[in-house]
Amino acid sequence: MPEVVTVGAAWAVPAALLLGLVAVVAASADAVMVARRDGVDVRTGAIAPLAETARLLRQPRRVTPAADAPLWRVGRGGLLVAALLMVAVVPWGSWVPADLPVGVVWFNAVDVTVWAFVWLAGWGPNAAFSLVGAYRFLAQALAYELPLMFALTAPALAAGSLRVADVAAAQQGLWFAVWMPVAFAVYCLGVLGFAVWGPLAPPTGGDIAGGVLAEVSGPDRLLLLAGRYALLAAGAVFAVPLFLGGGAGPLLPGWLWVLVKALVLVVALVAVGRRLPALRPDRFLELGWMVLLPAVLLQVLVVALVVVL
Amino acid sequence: MTVLADVVFWVLAVIAVVAGAWVFRFDSMARATYALAVSFVAVGLALLLVDLDYVGMVVVLMMVMEMAVMAVYMIMFMGMNPALMPMSMVHDNRKAVVAAVAGFVLLGGGALLVPWPVRRGVPAPDGTAALGEALMGSKMLVMMAVSPVMVATIVAGIAIAAPRGRYDRLGDDLDRGRADDPQPGGVGR
Repeated sequence: MPEVVTVGAAWAVPAALLLGLVAVVAASADAVMVARRDGVDVRTGAIAPLAETARLLRQPRRVTPAADAPLWRVGRGGLLVAALLMVAVVPWGSWVPADLPVGVVWFNAVDVTVWAFVWLAGWGPNAAFSLVGAYRFLAQALAYELPLMFALTAPALAAGSLRVADVAAAQQGLWFAVWMPVAFAVYCLGVLGFAVWGPLAPPTGGDIAGGVLAEVSGPDRLLLLAGRYALLAAGAVFAVPLFLGGGAGPLLPGWLWVLVKALVLVVALVAVGRRLPALRPDRFLELGWMVLLPAVLLQVLVVALVVVL
Repeated sequence: MTVLADVVFWVLAVIAVVAGAWVFRFDSMARATYALAVSFVAVGLALLLVDLDYVGMVVVLMMVMEMAVMAVYMIMFMGMNPALMPMSMVHDNRKAVVAAVAGFVLLGGGALLVPWPVRRGVPAPDGTAALGEALMGSKMLVMMAVSPVMVATIVAGIAIAAPRGRYDRLGDDLDRGRADDPQPGGVGR
């Protein structure tokens, strides 16, 4: 068993701060890309997340008639909580906040809770466009979740363990992203899916007045937007031990390598996500089941053969 | 068991039971569905206390997913759209209460009155594998025989229920190049 030290509960705070850093970089990268597209000063873009945070904190909270307040609140707050729970099992080099023997399944279970949170966020305000967005998300989730599950299976199969530290340690020679590219690509698409981002952002699409985001304003909107970026960041952070060799790398300490790799991946996800067209949920459903699922199953078969031979 | 594990167990047990009771107190389909999800999540997390990590996480995963999908069907298909209007979550209340109380007394009385056996042996090192062995080991042949029957049932059920089959899509001789679908799919078939 590779050496990882489970650190005390107080170290969850630095882990959360590192996640926050990755999320803020993702938000800034997105804003910079928008600023460059629009010909605005790039520095304005870089601080746009901070400016938006300040703006939303002062904005009054919107109230809708006959809203289901408790469920709405759970949905708004849930995304951020899910992202934090995801990174709880990620080893930062040789330190890990929670060394679960089934860390990969933990990640999968938490990413499924996003189904509930996004739907609740759309259900809560008692508004039509929000609910349409919520159902769009579930339709999308039915398409990306099964391929994502099998994409998570591939590295665990190759490592012979569901423990995240074991999966990271099994890539001493070659990163899993290199010899299981299909699983890695499908995993990245799954991350875009549960972060409701890029091509899988139609649940918050402009064609339905913002969908799940239509009725939220002020601190509530801040929570939801921060939750989306945090989920994108958590997906990037979790990809490091799963596909990108964990904390292995020259010179720098392990935790810093994890951070660097996660930052590179999250900026790549933002950049690629911006360039892809939105996938219509009804079409994506068939794509998920007819193309992605067989492709990732073949990938798992190849991995299984490599492991056996 | 340490004190912490005791506390965690009791907190999860109370959440599981109270959330389960809420299912019948709420008058909204969405709240009832997610109260049930909370109850199942508490049960799944309680399984972690007996070192059944994998089973516990899978319970959480499956139940949250199932409740999310259930909410869709509840709201889509139930008559009078009770999901969007307040409705009582209990049916045949009096008989249900009698049955519930009788069941509780029977099981609770059994738990308190039956002399519990003393533990023989020690817990298996891998609880998940031991549980799987105990559930499936001697019944593998039955399970393997049942699974194709179940798959055939699912396929047959869908084939009967589907409003449009392949002859509608591809013509009587299945020779239409491009399927005639009211809603085009994503891969251009």
